[in-house]
Amino acid sequence: MLFVRSVVLASSFTDGIGYLLGNPDIVGGLLAQHLQLMGIALGAALVIALPLAVLLDHVHWLAVPVMGTLGIAYTIPSLALIILLIPLFGLGATPVIIALVIYAQIILVRNTLVGFQSVNPATLEAARGMGMNEWRVWSRVQLPLSLPIILAGVRIAAVTTIGIAAVGAKFGAGGLGTLLFDGIATKRDDKIWAGAIAVALFAFAVNGLLLLLQRATDPATKTRTRRPDRVRQTAVIEGTQTVRG
Amino acid sequence: MRSIRFDHVSKQFAGNARPSVDDCSLDVEAGTFVVLLGPSGCGKTTMLKMVNRLYEPTSGKIFIGDTEIHDLPITALRQQIGYVIQQTGLFPHMTVAQNIAVVPELLKWPKKRIAERVDELLTLIGLPPAEYRGRYPGQMSGGQQQRVGLARALAADPEFILMDEPFSAIDAITRTTLQDEMLRIQQQVKKTILFVTHDVEEALRLGDNLVVMRDGKIVQHGTPLSVLSQPADTFVHDLLGTDDAVRRLGLIRVEEAMEPLASAMFDTSATIDRASDVRHALSVLLQTGATALTVQDGDTPVGTLTMERVRREARVARGHGNAVRS
Repeated sequence: MLFVRSVVLASSFTDGIGYLLGNPDIVGGLLAQHLQLMGIALGAALVIALPLAVLLDHVHWLAVPVMGTLGIAYTIPSLALIILLIPLFGLGATPVIIALVIYAQIILVRNTLVGFQSVNPATLEAARGMGMNEWRVWSRVQLPLSLPIILAGVRIAAVTTIGIAAVGAKFGAGGLGTLLFDGIATKRDDKIWAGAIAVALFAFAVNGLLLLLQRATDPATKTRTRRPDRVRQTAVIEGTQTVRG
Repeated sequence: MRSIRFDHVSKQFAGNARPSVDDCSLDVEAGTFVVLLGPSGCGKTTMLKMVNRLYEPTSGKIFIGDTEIHDLPITALRQQIGYVIQQTGLFPHMTVAQNIAVVPELLKWPKKRIAERVDELLTLIGLPPAEYRGRYPGQMSGGQQQRVGLARALAADPEFILMDEPFSAIDAITRTTLQDEMLRIQQQVKKTILFVTHDVEEALRLGDNLVVMRDGKIVQHGTPLSVLSQPADTFVHDLLGTDDAVRRLGLIRVEEAMEPLASAMFDTSATIDRASDVRHALSVLLQTGATALTVQDGDTPVGTLTMERVRREARVARGHGNAVRS
């Protein structure tokens, strides 16, 4: 029984690959849509998260209520959140993108804040003591030094966004999720498989690219010794991936 | 050249029972190397950080030259005061050249002038520019990083340099080398330096003047020899280990103790440089078993230092200490 099911699964898997290879135009178009959804959502999320993290870095008492609120928002199931947003924004990409922005906040804000706070206070004091103004201290010292941790957040947010965006196809947002929902509606296993494989491969690729970028910006790659506390902090933040994954 | 002057300066941090700096007045004369010495929590670092306004005094005024430091824009004030801390102060994401160039760039120097200045400073601190310009701080030893920290503070040729325990995280042998370098560089550049340390040996080696602090107050201010031979109270006496005659000999230069004419009465094959200190001379005497040393200026003999002379110097210094304390 198990053997028979495995054979069926294996054949469906190859059918899925077959569909992807046989319809490059359709798949390419959907991939472009998916990339666009992710890009817009991630861009908008960063525009909100970066200043928010700067604010929380300076106004410490705000951190607990803000992070708490973002954490609660993260626990709302994606289907439910998108459905709640449809009366306000209608069907299509808009409610999906807004949901994606909301989900990305906790990851981006938390990593950015941890990144800022991981910079040695003595280094910042040296920068001030040399006569840099606050903007320069932030843009030339604090931001570059926290960039690897911020980019770790961007990477996790990107992968999460790709996954949730697939659900968005149900509400007319387009993207690779379209293959999944079309397949379910028309009982086409090959399309379901094609959608699942494409989303997974896309997520893998984005993850890999951002990981390379993250490594390239890490000042620890310019030193002999990596700061152990920074490794630990990154690990803690990456733990959030499993909550939704 | 201008001085740094503290005029009845106090600093009370919120939540502390007593002020960290309590009504301190101090004149750091132009071109001198002044060491703030004291145990941790005595207020020495607070004194230092009030000069470049990392801390603000609760009361009192601080002047550089005739200018009260609050009359200048804060960034302009800081750009004319070199600042050196432990090696954590270098920016790990910038190369050595970029680190040194920070203040010249803030002052909008042309690129060519900055590049020339970087090479000049790397040469001054003994790191070949071609090899070290492009390195990152993490690729260098603690001692090398601290040299770069000094070069960075000197970059825009400031009149003043503040140094906050710059050598305390460095191993003892490298620390001694850096102290020698520091003295050599100060000979060349003649800055007004305020240097914080809790290391008595370091303070005695480096300072033209010592300022001993305790509980936010200045307990004593004077040359290393005068503080050592005439401690103001038992605290200074205990802190500096004033009874140590050998330590005192380290503050007396060979040329001050020698007899100017070379004497044929002794076996004087062992030599010592005139700029060296008597403590070092004593160790050479003990090692070689000689009873006298020929004092040289370069290769030219200029005098003789006998064991008897060294003994007398030790007694003179001790006599001072006793006279004042009794």
